[in-house]
Amino acid sequence: MNRSTRHFSRLLVAATAGALLVGSLALLGCGGDVVPAGGSATTVGGSATTGGLLTASLTGVGATFPEPLYLEWVGEFVTNVEPGVKVNYQGIGSGGGIQQLTQMTVDFGASDAPMSDEEIAAAETASGATVLHIPTVFGAVAVAYSLPDVTDLKLDQETLADVFLGTVTTWDDPAIVALNPGVTLPSAAISVVHRSDSSGTTSIFTGYLTKVSPAWSDTVGAGKDVRWPVGIGGQGNDGVAAVIQQQEGSIGYVELAYATEVGLPTVSLRNQAGSFIAPSLASTSAAGAGVDFPADLRFSLSDSPASEAYPIVGATWILAYDSMADPAKAEALRAFLTWALNEGAPVAEDLGYAPLPDDLRALALAKVDEVGSR
Amino acid sequence: MSEGAVTLAASTRRRGVGRRVDRAFGILTAASGSLVLLVLAYMVLTTTNTALPVFRAEGISFVTGSEWLPSRGVFGILPFIYGTLVTSAIALVIAVPISVGLSLYLTEVAPAWLRGPVGYAVDLLAAVPSVVYGLWGVFVLLPLFLQPIAEALGSAFGFLPIFAPPASGISYFGAGVVLGIMIIPIISALAREVFRAVPADDRYAAYALGATRWEMIWGAVIPRSRAGLVGAVMLGLGRALGETIAVALLVGSRPSISASVLQPGYSMAAVIANQFQEADAPQIRALVGVGVVLFAITILINMAARLLVWRMVAER
Repeated sequence: MNRSTRHFSRLLVAATAGALLVGSLALLGCGGDVVPAGGSATTVGGSATTGGLLTASLTGVGATFPEPLYLEWVGEFVTNVEPGVKVNYQGIGSGGGIQQLTQMTVDFGASDAPMSDEEIAAAETASGATVLHIPTVFGAVAVAYSLPDVTDLKLDQETLADVFLGTVTTWDDPAIVALNPGVTLPSAAISVVHRSDSSGTTSIFTGYLTKVSPAWSDTVGAGKDVRWPVGIGGQGNDGVAAVIQQQEGSIGYVELAYATEVGLPTVSLRNQAGSFIAPSLASTSAAGAGVDFPADLRFSLSDSPASEAYPIVGATWILAYDSMADPAKAEALRAFLTWALNEGAPVAEDLGYAPLPDDLRALALAKVDEVGSR
Repeated sequence: MSEGAVTLAASTRRRGVGRRVDRAFGILTAASGSLVLLVLAYMVLTTTNTALPVFRAEGISFVTGSEWLPSRGVFGILPFIYGTLVTSAIALVIAVPISVGLSLYLTEVAPAWLRGPVGYAVDLLAAVPSVVYGLWGVFVLLPLFLQPIAEALGSAFGFLPIFAPPASGISYFGAGVVLGIMIIPIISALAREVFRAVPADDRYAAYALGATRWEMIWGAVIPRSRAGLVGAVMLGLGRALGETIAVALLVGSRPSISASVLQPGYSMAAVIANQFQEADAPQIRALVGVGVVLFAITILINMAARLLVWRMVAER
């Protein structure tokens, strides 16, 4: 082949590649978005018209369960209340939040599982300060699924455990059919999705299953990560939501806000009182009514006896030390948390998180006041 | 200058400056070589040192245990070793026939004007970043091919343990297919060189004996190329063993061992990528230990490949 033929064939390849690229872009445009919608952007800074004289930069990491809410709160707080404060929150899982708080690489942590006694001891030894658990909101752990023609699905405690144990393997299993009269369920296999990282959401979900299913509590148990009998792992709440959305016939557990953002239908679960309740703001708040809260504010809300309560509800906590190294940071953190507990309710409700009941909110505000500095 | 002076000056250059330049060049190249070896040794020493507490605590059950529960301090990495080997094996099963066929086509069958562009396009595949392969695999390949094919295999051949249901596109199979696509350009580029290196005399001799084109390929080209092909396959395998992001997105993130390739699993590189960020100190050590074991396995396979190639060359 002489030089001009070689050049021509290279040109031909380049032209074909270019045409293919343009063609596939056009096809993608017509075919619709492959990317799941969702995720709120943090609005940091912006016009500073209201007062606020604090200047500080806060970093927090932890649970993905409340991440959509915290990001909204941070955006509003920094834009409207204290423009001089920068708050950076990253969802890496409750386990990561507790660990980084213990290592003092962040200013505050966030977790859906209260720290265990060993974790608290480790953190207090490492820092020389006391750990404060500050509950912020209640959230529901929704069981989301993707079946194209099924908009309403009911499950009871035993069947839910059986699905995640792998003993119920198809959607048209008699147990599921019995609970859903009139709904045509396909004979497809159920694809279970769980968390692959250490997660407070997992802790709430497995804690609930341990309470209601002896089979689950014997074989798997509860924890931030467990030995799942079946299922695919997704990274973070958003990862699980994405996998459920991508794979037809899958079922998994995510915080309610993620299911709503991505548009996944959720299962109505039978609660202790016997009613099938869908996860929502109202059913989440109902789970927190009339509970006796301990002094250190570490508690569990799952399997509530209230008649209108959704059974898998958890609180989520901000974890902080009562003695921070930097007084400006302590003040900024106190300001942020006080604002969030007092004024953050509308934003929380919009996203499906239930604000704390008044009695718990008063206790939480008292804890916030304990955030101080050396 | 007179001729004699020029000669004297040149010989002085050769003896004095020239020798110094030679020595400096020797030192520079030796330094580059030893720098590489030093970095390698340093990497091996520091990673092994970091992982030593976990090795001591778990002992041999680190590599033979199959329970991975970081929140309880249990670290057994057998599922990851199994997943790495299975996904790489699937990648080879897919990539080797395609690459060898493709290379044979390009060197023996294709018209001359087609060989350049098609070879160029195949080599372009190697330039695609692996994270792009992973994203493309999850958003395009998975719903269109991997999930349907996995389900078809599961329902048609589900009686075989290797294809036992429940079938999922996010599995050893899914990760293996994308890995296979990724290593095709590597194996194919080397295989093309190997086939081209077969002397023309051998080919003409086969034709002269009355062979058809395929008989010539099987009789004259392939036997001569075996050692080179093994080397090419081993290079592709090396890439498949260490591939991280594409596998992490498609393998299913499930630390378990299953005989069926249609079920989710995990691989060594994928677990490191997924869990490193939020790991606490003991888990970080365990993940570094996973890296050390991956390194060791890659070295072992490379050494085995070299032995195989030497033996093949010696046989001829």
